[in-house]
Amino acid sequence: MLNYLVTRLWQSVVTLILASMVVFLGVRQLPGDPALAMAGEEATPERVEAIREQLGLNESLVTQYLKFVGNMLRGDFGQSTRTGAQVTDLVAATLPVTLWLSAYAIVVAVVVGVLLGIIAERFRGRWPEWMANALALIGLSVPNFWLGILAILYLAVAFGLFPASGYVPITQDPIQGFYHLTLPAIILGTSLAAVIMRQTRASMIETMKTDFVRTARAKGLSRQRVLVRYGLRNSLIVVVTIIGLQLGGLISGAVVTERIFALPGFGKLTLDAVFTRDYPVIQAVVLLITVGYILINLAVDILYSVINPRIRVGGKS
Amino acid sequence: MTVVETRNPGLGSARGRIWRSLLKSPLGLTGGIMLAIVVALGLLAPLIAPYGPAEVHFDAPFQQPGTVGYILGTDDLGRDIFSRMLFGIRVSLQVGILSVLLAVVVGTPLGLLAGYWRGLDGVISRLTDVTLAFPFLIIAVGLSAISGPSLTNAAIALGIAQIPTMIRVVRGETLRIKETDFVLGAKTMDASGLRIIFSHVLPNAVSAIIVQATVIMPVAVIGEALLSFLGLGIQPPTPSLGIMLSDAQQYISRAPTAAIFPGLAIVLICLGFNLFGDALRDALDPTNSSRK
Repeated sequence: MLNYLVTRLWQSVVTLILASMVVFLGVRQLPGDPALAMAGEEATPERVEAIREQLGLNESLVTQYLKFVGNMLRGDFGQSTRTGAQVTDLVAATLPVTLWLSAYAIVVAVVVGVLLGIIAERFRGRWPEWMANALALIGLSVPNFWLGILAILYLAVAFGLFPASGYVPITQDPIQGFYHLTLPAIILGTSLAAVIMRQTRASMIETMKTDFVRTARAKGLSRQRVLVRYGLRNSLIVVVTIIGLQLGGLISGAVVTERIFALPGFGKLTLDAVFTRDYPVIQAVVLLITVGYILINLAVDILYSVINPRIRVGGKS
Repeated sequence: MTVVETRNPGLGSARGRIWRSLLKSPLGLTGGIMLAIVVALGLLAPLIAPYGPAEVHFDAPFQQPGTVGYILGTDDLGRDIFSRMLFGIRVSLQVGILSVLLAVVVGTPLGLLAGYWRGLDGVISRLTDVTLAFPFLIIAVGLSAISGPSLTNAAIALGIAQIPTMIRVVRGETLRIKETDFVLGAKTMDASGLRIIFSHVLPNAVSAIIVQATVIMPVAVIGEALLSFLGLGIQPPTPSLGIMLSDAQQYISRAPTAAIFPGLAIVLICLGFNLFGDALRDALDPTNSSRK
């Protein structure tokens, strides 16, 4: 177990370092001279050179990279070139929105996906399975931003069931906060729910074929009991894996969901930064998402090895 | 010579079995028909479309579907939604095919190498991890920040994001095929590693690669629409289903159909690939054939 953890941790560190290099080099590829941009159009060449010196742009790439990493580790992401605000403050203001949205979406997806998966297994070959399969297929084939637009059109505007846009901080007013996030969370969770449903169903079908299930049934345990006790526990492993694998999709989905429902989250910060060429913000956003993604994947893997002891030994292959 | 004979035992009949199995599956057949329609619409767009995709008719904005001359109605600038949709499908398929090609061309050799030589496995796995660390939207954000949003950049971002899964699929197949008797046989006959990879492993991994391609395609199509919707993909005046949706969202209560049709087109493409891909996977997997 310890061996596995150390290997996995080491791999994550290597990935983190490589990813930070990619971001660092990527930022250097961005068009435009940051010193020139900071100095303004009427600055003298001497002034530009002074800023260049001040920003450390004349130093070697290695020194610049080490400085970059040092600043990031201290949480110093610089200032937004557009608003002049500290990037750290911008992140602190927008990140909670996205985290709440994503967490809510994951909960919705797991509950709906696992339930549909159980239903599909329990009623194999009958209409409930057919319905669950159809729902999953639709969930995979319908782009969630289109679904979001339709949901606003029909659920929010026409019937007024949910607010079409707007955000209330959950810490301020939990009821209104969750109410405003419900529709976005459902929309963001659909494709995840579809994948979870498919995998839960497949893993349940597999589990129900195993010898230990046959033994349990022979012992006199009811089918329902076996399903919950063995099928569900095994499908838990699948669900954890899926969440890890689908995380990238979830992040992308969150950005577009925020756009549709006008939520002031991390996605909006990212898009605004790209369209206004606000490089310090782009750099911070890309790096934070990447680091967060690597760390969550690490957490998923560790969780995975806790639930499934067979994975622990030997690492990957 | 014996090696060549054992490589494809009765390939012709296997191919026949796959086709029969595909045709027998009603869902797979439906998916295939959907795909045929979509591909035909995309290919023939310049011939079928009554108007150019960017042709504006200021005298006829917000026409209802069914209006004479505008089957699916028009948008805020009086552009024919049907024509724009056809060209949008064409662009979607282009981006999809480009990113699938990228994933296959880069992912297959890397997967083969990683699966065959353990020494390379570690290096390639680290590379995969780094790529996986960037969600596709972030790659797209980076690319459009560096060289501006475009069709090619969208396809590259989507393709890069799919390379790791392709590597994993091919690597897994290689590990499996490497242990088969015919590869062991070839090894005893002193065949070189590269020769084994190209004449034994690759041909047997093709079906897995094709199945993975059908999985990537709908992901790429949705991805393109998403990027274009956000303004990070295709740029106007090139029509894209994503741009149509993003435009339509602005006047959604006035002309809801302008948002409904492009979305349906995306669903049709993705459903087609998903249904067809599922059936193909079942057909190609011998352990599944007894299921029905």
